[in-house]
Amino acid sequence: MDEGAADPGLYAFNPYRGRKPFAWPGDKKVAVWVSPNLEYYEIDPPANPHRKSWAKPHPDVVGYSHRDHANRVGHWRMAEVMSKHGFPGSVSLSVALCQHHPEVVADANARGWEFFSHGIYNTRYSYGMDEAQERAIIEDSIRTVRDATGQTIRGWLAPALTHTPRTLDLIAEYGLDYTCDLYHDDQPQRVNTTSGDLISMPYSLEVNDHYGFFIYNMSPREYAKTLIRQFKRLADEPSGTVMCIPLHSYLIGQPHRIGAFEEVLRQIAADSRAWITRAGDIADAWRSAQMGEAA
Amino acid sequence: MSLDPAYLEYPHRRAGYDHDMYPYSALPTRKPVAWPDGKGVATWIVVSLEWFPITPSDTPFRAPGHMQTAYPDYRHYTAREYGTRIGFYRLLDAFAKAGVKVSVAANGAIAQRYPSVIRDIVDAGHEIIAHSTDMNGTIASTLSVEAERALIRESIAALSDVAGHPPRGWCSIARSQSFATTDLLIEAGIEYCCDWANDELPWAFNNGLINLPLNHELSDRQILNVQQQSVDSYAEQIIDAHDWLADEARSNGGRLLPLHLSPYIIGLPYRMDTFERLLETLAAKPDTWFARGCDILDSFRSST
Repeated sequence: MDEGAADPGLYAFNPYRGRKPFAWPGDKKVAVWVSPNLEYYEIDPPANPHRKSWAKPHPDVVGYSHRDHANRVGHWRMAEVMSKHGFPGSVSLSVALCQHHPEVVADANARGWEFFSHGIYNTRYSYGMDEAQERAIIEDSIRTVRDATGQTIRGWLAPALTHTPRTLDLIAEYGLDYTCDLYHDDQPQRVNTTSGDLISMPYSLEVNDHYGFFIYNMSPREYAKTLIRQFKRLADEPSGTVMCIPLHSYLIGQPHRIGAFEEVLRQIAADSRAWITRAGDIADAWRSAQMGEAA
Repeated sequence: MSLDPAYLEYPHRRAGYDHDMYPYSALPTRKPVAWPDGKGVATWIVVSLEWFPITPSDTPFRAPGHMQTAYPDYRHYTAREYGTRIGFYRLLDAFAKAGVKVSVAANGAIAQRYPSVIRDIVDAGHEIIAHSTDMNGTIASTLSVEAERALIRESIAALSDVAGHPPRGWCSIARSQSFATTDLLIEAGIEYCCDWANDELPWAFNNGLINLPLNHELSDRQILNVQQQSVDSYAEQIIDAHDWLADEARSNGGRLLPLHLSPYIIGLPYRMDTFERLLETLAAKPDTWFARGCDILDSFRSST
């Protein structure tokens, strides 16, 4: 990015009108990917001068134990429901989860899920890091996920959405090819970086379960309706859109929410316009569609 | 600009947790729990019974529901008292009508100020859980261990004096503990706490204390006050949760559905009919085992 500039120069302006529709594999109109955040939050993390970790003095029992629910209960319930309806996950991973709870990571890997990095811990923020420090967490992420799963990460969602002006250039330099940190589009778009080939993968804050339940204060059934409306609208528009469902199993995996969510998966799975897939597959299909257009 | 090098060191990055308080356990890997009579869903109602001094304390933090305006905050002082005088008695009647025994997490101050309420609870067969001294009795690691120990002992003593027996359970205000709390509770003779909402079945700390997870997301405070949803939606969410857990229980063993209530929230006239219907609906389900915390604790211990 152009550090200090009013326009950070992340991408070219490319309005929706006039874009050429394209089909996803299988002649599908909308690519749907589910992104479970598999996270580890530390009980007593060191302080980052730019952002506080927990609202309460450590231990923040409610904050910590709520997130712990994900690894003990929520993940398993959510993952079963996803597998039942044929939805793979593209995991936003606190890579230290590979050390703390390898059972969760192995379960996701065995289900055919893809992993990208969400930092080391969701309680360690990038704000204030120098270049060497930021390289260290990227290299740690690549190495840790490869050792634990055999997969080479292709994507990045900054830990707790904390960035530096260097983040996008650095991940592109290391060969990562998509970022989930930019929210300007419903289709993948090229991102300006000093090297590499980085695209923005539509993630979503607006239909993220955290936003649904804690920003918009939706009931479980209201959130489910929101997801269905999001899907139907994107499927009705010219072909080539992307819908992401970003999840936290300590939220969606609660017993009062999972039933309404299962109904969403059932409806999307039954709609022939949906390409139910993973982030890396969307990146590949989008690139080949662009190449086809250029040829 | 750079961060202290220690910010990129991870001394607790290891197998299991980054603390030694309790071991990791994934729910599907556990031996199934069997509740009495083959029931699937232990349905555990916890009512917080609280006294808010009109002189709030912010040390270590101000409790949820506490005074909000400049002194004297008549509106919140009296609205909380409404819960104890009126709302709580509506709830006691509703529990009697539905044949439900519950746990009441009471401040020690309730026993000191309103001992007849404690006697009404005990006479009806409900359980008393210690819930600190009064709503200025919050706990966090910024409180000295000595002050925390005294607060726990004072709460238990006040409740024991009136109830005639010591409480077996503890519920911290706002579920907030220090790193010392679980050891102090064991030292004070407490068998279980309700503060760690990380699970949906009871589990043991390494020091022997049991945690009965009291889901904060399913509390009337969270759904009605914080998220500002309707009481009809609240009831629907509880039934949805119950149905899901009953289904899981059929193949995976007993499940736990905790309902955390505040009399000044759920006990209002316009909410009570819906709440009474919710109790009737839950009572009519064949999977429901309405249980007090102590019953769940005993059953859990005998089945594992």
